Amino acid sequence: MTTPGADKDVSEATEVAEATEVVREQVPLVERRLHPVTPLRRAWAPVAVIIGWAVHDPNQAQEQLTRLTTVTLLIGLAVFVPAAALYGFLTWWFTHFAVTDTELRIRTGLLFRRTAHIRLERIQAVDVTQPLLARVAGVAKLKLDVVGTDKKDELAFLGEGEARALRAELLARAAGFAPETAHEVGEAPSRQLLHVPAGVLAVSLVLTAATWLSLAAALVVPPLLWFATHSVWTVLATALPLLGAAGASSVGRFVGEYDWTVGESPDGLRIDHGLLDRTHETVPPGRVQTVRIVEPLLWRRRGWVRVELDVAGSSNSVLVPVAPRAIAESVVARVLPGVTVPSREELSRPPRRAGRCVPLWWRGYGLAVTDTVFAARHGLFRRSLALVPHAKVQSVRLTQGPWERLWRLAEVHVDTGADKTVTARLRDAEEAAELLRGQAERSRTGRRDARPDRWMA
Amino acid sequence: METGTAAQDDAAREPVWTGLPPGLLKMRRLLLVVWLGLLTVVLGVLLNLFAGPAWAAFALLPLALIAWGWVLLGRNWRSWRYAERADDLLITRGVLWHHETIVPYGRMQLVEVTSGPVERHFGLASVQLHTAAAATDATIPGLVPAEAERLRDRLTELGEARSAGL
Repeated sequence: MTTPGADKDVSEATEVAEATEVVREQVPLVERRLHPVTPLRRAWAPVAVIIGWAVHDPNQAQEQLTRLTTVTLLIGLAVFVPAAALYGFLTWWFTHFAVTDTELRIRTGLLFRRTAHIRLERIQAVDVTQPLLARVAGVAKLKLDVVGTDKKDELAFLGEGEARALRAELLARAAGFAPETAHEVGEAPSRQLLHVPAGVLAVSLVLTAATWLSLAAALVVPPLLWFATHSVWTVLATALPLLGAAGASSVGRFVGEYDWTVGESPDGLRIDHGLLDRTHETVPPGRVQTVRIVEPLLWRRRGWVRVELDVAGSSNSVLVPVAPRAIAESVVARVLPGVTVPSREELSRPPRRAGRCVPLWWRGYGLAVTDTVFAARHGLFRRSLALVPHAKVQSVRLTQGPWERLWRLAEVHVDTGADKTVTARLRDAEEAAELLRGQAERSRTGRRDARPDRWMA
Repeated sequence: METGTAAQDDAAREPVWTGLPPGLLKMRRLLLVVWLGLLTVVLGVLLNLFAGPAWAAFALLPLALIAWGWVLLGRNWRSWRYAERADDLLITRGVLWHHETIVPYGRMQLVEVTSGPVERHFGLASVQLHTAAAATDATIPGLVPAEAERLRDRLTELGEARSAGL
């Protein structure tokens, strides 16, 4: 096995790494600890285990509880609370992080030691999130999105100001500022591109079919089940998840997407949102792999669209929850520099015989290839236009099944680094073959004028 | 139109296709015959014992499958081709379901050479290319180990020379 080009992004600590660290280290590393509030969060873990056990096996839990006397309860508490506190304290005590010239190092673990070295030039996005309780306590979580990092690699919690300062420093170093000055660069100024008013967001959710469908399901299915089975448990077991889904798709989305602000700064795109939990995301320039412009049926009269984006290693996928098309397109133009969103007329439909493969829906398919992007549309009622910059294409594939062969049709897939595939469906076979060759050429040359990973260098 | 130069350019660009060595076909056909042959024997014996000799004729079904599979494997084997171009690798495969993949060298993250016990016995190895996209499915099976290693080294070298991030 050989690895050209790519390095492993997160490397577990090895003896070798430790050794080189000692050699390289003229200036001693400043290792820092997380905010002292953190143990409180960690202390929840044992409580969660007990609650999990009680929920999993309610009968036995009740039996055990009745057997408990006040004395045993007190003894239990006397043992349990300090133990939980000690656990929280120790995990906090043994978690360190340090910023070097090229890496963020997180050292953690009480019994099982774990060291993550996260390469700064590989940063795809930086998230600072504040759950409701953390906002009350004045702390925040910081997470670097690098391909391969997981939940364990977030820094939770840091002081609010500290998190912002750390984010600025990490971005400055990732951008290629000299290590000595990176500390003083400070936060890059941000210019607001777009703000979604609460009223528009509420109306857009009302006009979303998914909201109504999940609400209807939550209201209709449990009574029907009650008539069918007369069993409280079955009804509860289906009603609770359905109600949860309905709440998440209506109120949950409103709360999550409230006060959505998109800003632009030299550090890249800034996305801030949330009513209770606040999230501040920064996507450095050149990290966006795919942009999708989605237009649900009921939004069409108002000319609203939703814009989604894909960044490798990042879980967030919304860029703009709702905005008029013109404004959304101007935001897309800032996110993907030099890209204009192809208009409806520029998108070419598949040939008429595509209807033999996919009746009716073939009319929703469209394709446009410009100097900068590969754009493919699908959907009849809910139109979705996906844009992939040529420079982000990882591989190009052409597929053709027997039925498509009969009608001289083929599909062209474009794979991007965010593990998403954009497909131009049911193109004429010859056109598809041409497209395949051309796209390979374009994706190769598209890389030439791409900005470097260290965007300020 | 200056078709002259363009046509020449195209001719020069036309990829040089390489097929797979016959070893893979031999291995697959042998596996087919062994497994389905066993099935034929077991089915024939069982049917003869429990249902009577007339029913045992059904054991001929797997034999028909062998004949069909024999042809199918041959067609599938012939459909596999790959070409190393100046900047990318082309792989095409499939008869009914035709697939064609192009991977630019600069996007390769990892080149893997694998060889299972049966493959090793037949002196075969497969080369698999990984890019940052998991959907990229670029595998060349059934190569002679020397060719697999040459391809790996060449791809690695080209990948390093043209390397680009995400």
